[in-house]
Amino acid sequence: MSLFVSNYTLIDLVILEISNSFSLAMLTHGLSRLVRSTVGQAARCIRTSGVVQGGGAGPHNALLTHLEEQENRADMEWEFTEENKERCKGIIAQYPDGHQQAAAIPLLDLAQRQHGGWLPLAAMNHVAHVLDMAPMRIYEVATFYTMFNRNPVGKYHVQICTTTPCMLRDSDMVVKACKENLGIGMGETTPDKMFTMCEVECLGACVNAPMMQINDAYYEDLSEKDVHEILNDLREGRTPRPGSRIDRFASEPITGLTSLTSPPTGPGYGVRDDL
Amino acid sequence: MISNKLTCFLKNGARLTACRNISTSPALLKDTYGNLKDEDRIFTNLYGRHDWGIEGAEARGDWYKTKEIIQKGSAWIIDEMKKSGLRGRGGAGFPSGLKWSFMNKPDDGRPKYLVVNADEGEPGTCKDREIMRHDPHKLVEGCLVAGSAMGARAAYIYIRGEFYHETSNLMRAINQAYEKGYLGHNACDSGYDFDIYIHRGAGAYVCGEETSLIESLEGKAGKPRLKPPFPADVGVFGCPTTVNNVETIAVAPTILRRGADWFASFGRPRNTGTKLFNISGHVNTPTTVEEEMSIPLRLLIEKHAGGVTGGWDNLLAVIPGGSSTPVIPQSVCSTVLTDFDALVEEKTALGTAAVIVMNKQTDIILAIARLMHFYQHESCGQCTPCREGTGWMARILYRMVEGNAKPEEIDMLLEISYQVEGHTICALGDGAAWPAQGLIRHFRGEIEDRIKQYQEKIEPRRAES
Repeated sequence: MSLFVSNYTLIDLVILEISNSFSLAMLTHGLSRLVRSTVGQAARCIRTSGVVQGGGAGPHNALLTHLEEQENRADMEWEFTEENKERCKGIIAQYPDGHQQAAAIPLLDLAQRQHGGWLPLAAMNHVAHVLDMAPMRIYEVATFYTMFNRNPVGKYHVQICTTTPCMLRDSDMVVKACKENLGIGMGETTPDKMFTMCEVECLGACVNAPMMQINDAYYEDLSEKDVHEILNDLREGRTPRPGSRIDRFASEPITGLTSLTSPPTGPGYGVRDDL
Repeated sequence: MISNKLTCFLKNGARLTACRNISTSPALLKDTYGNLKDEDRIFTNLYGRHDWGIEGAEARGDWYKTKEIIQKGSAWIIDEMKKSGLRGRGGAGFPSGLKWSFMNKPDDGRPKYLVVNADEGEPGTCKDREIMRHDPHKLVEGCLVAGSAMGARAAYIYIRGEFYHETSNLMRAINQAYEKGYLGHNACDSGYDFDIYIHRGAGAYVCGEETSLIESLEGKAGKPRLKPPFPADVGVFGCPTTVNNVETIAVAPTILRRGADWFASFGRPRNTGTKLFNISGHVNTPTTVEEEMSIPLRLLIEKHAGGVTGGWDNLLAVIPGGSSTPVIPQSVCSTVLTDFDALVEEKTALGTAAVIVMNKQTDIILAIARLMHFYQHESCGQCTPCREGTGWMARILYRMVEGNAKPEEIDMLLEISYQVEGHTICALGDGAAWPAQGLIRHFRGEIEDRIKQYQEKIEPRRAES
């Protein structure tokens, strides 16, 4: 059997499985058992478990399957760095004894940051190991939340909000400008692995629409010029200033304050007598 | 039989008229509500013009007499909250004092937790973000006060993962409070021990629902739980829990310091207090502002958001409380007051008070279709009516954007929405159904026209072929 069978369909896979005398039960157990099995070598390059789509808050039409690829192999060595191991301890200590599972999301986030913005299967397995959880419980979490990228992303992950409040402020323009500037479509990564672009649902900065998020920073009140400027800056190694791109600091009206014009009152102002 | 019906109708009619007199009579529409003075605003650093750290916060009156408030005791705090009439600011508008009182059951040895819902994701809403990045000490102090009222051991603040810088500010505020001895062992020298932890989410709108948030906090996929048991009995880590919105918690210390009567003096009865409004969409100056409850919608938009783009007559519709609330047309917007009861009378809701304004250049069908796409994307997939219904409604709506539908499909869409509403574990299904219902209620003509135009366009082509 060839080691590169990534184009096999699910049915082919089942036949392969049987012909390799794996048990079908193992297949239905899904990816955790399969990838951890000692048979490993031959099975590793196979699309594991069923092709399941949607059903979670994942990216549009994201596959919930693991694909064995060069940079995402199940037998890859993956561990937290020493520094992050200390962080893990701190995070786990936040939760009551016996509930270390609660640290799943923060630890996956930490793993993703350590691994350059995405989560390989080996990292998920390591988090499961650290938290003493069944790997499947971790896969459930990693596939449910949109912020976990289970495929490599570029150095800059450009996420454009296109939900109604942004749409009303012309987020289509932002999408178009990004496509023009980066030369890629939605969900794609530039060949130099610098940028990945995707469409996301409401990012909670509606008053500053249209906006986009690049890694951890919000860029708000965008015009076409701003989009090009931000992307060009990043490409050339500069760090554009996050926040509003028009002449305002946060969410105040652009034409001047309509409230909070007088200095704030001090301690004790208006406080009841019986306190 | 007939006379019975008639009486019923008359009764209803009379009741409705009475209600309408309260909410929309011109006498009250003047400047009665909505002239909040700066000294009565709670969030004095909403725009981040001052220091958000602990020195700045103390200079603005936070952490003042916190010890005395805690020492007044749980019963006093809850009673004051009840008297203030504060209703939950996360959307449902449940009385906060009452909610806190559910926690005061006989001690069974389990610790209690306060969970703060900072998973702000309702399209249109961005108020909690301003609190966390510019006034985080109000939230931190609120956690302590609310926690002491319900006898909670600790608070978990669940922030949506995208809010990285907001989390950072809040984290620093919490650390500052610990350094000053305001949190931790013997918090504020009151003899009460209290901790606050931050938990970042990872991008799922459904986690804003309280039981889903609890699941997510426990490190699972955020799929809502069936109630009962309610979180006040079995919440996070199997312990009694109260989940409150950021704004609800953040206003509590100021209410307690200045008194329930002060807070209750704003807005109409049962809709009291001040509120953060987000005005987005087609307005000249989109903004977040703290105003008095019951402010007329038109005044809110014209006073703070610079008016509708193209003038008030160019207004098409408004979504008054975040994406889940049904749209209201311009005729209603001109007179309606922005509070819980007045908006319910117009078959919509205050929700999170996120006002999304759409002018006449908006394709209203597309706007609602895009919202339905949002719900389809964010449905957790647990309940069939929501998982399948949101996608189904989205597909129909997107066809209606083009006009590629049959007129009878409008009623079919309405029926699907009724089949989704109320048939799911959490309120996401309801939230998805309402925008579609609102669209059909007020813009059925628009959809019919679109269908007619499409038919006229393809008719010649059909004839040719």
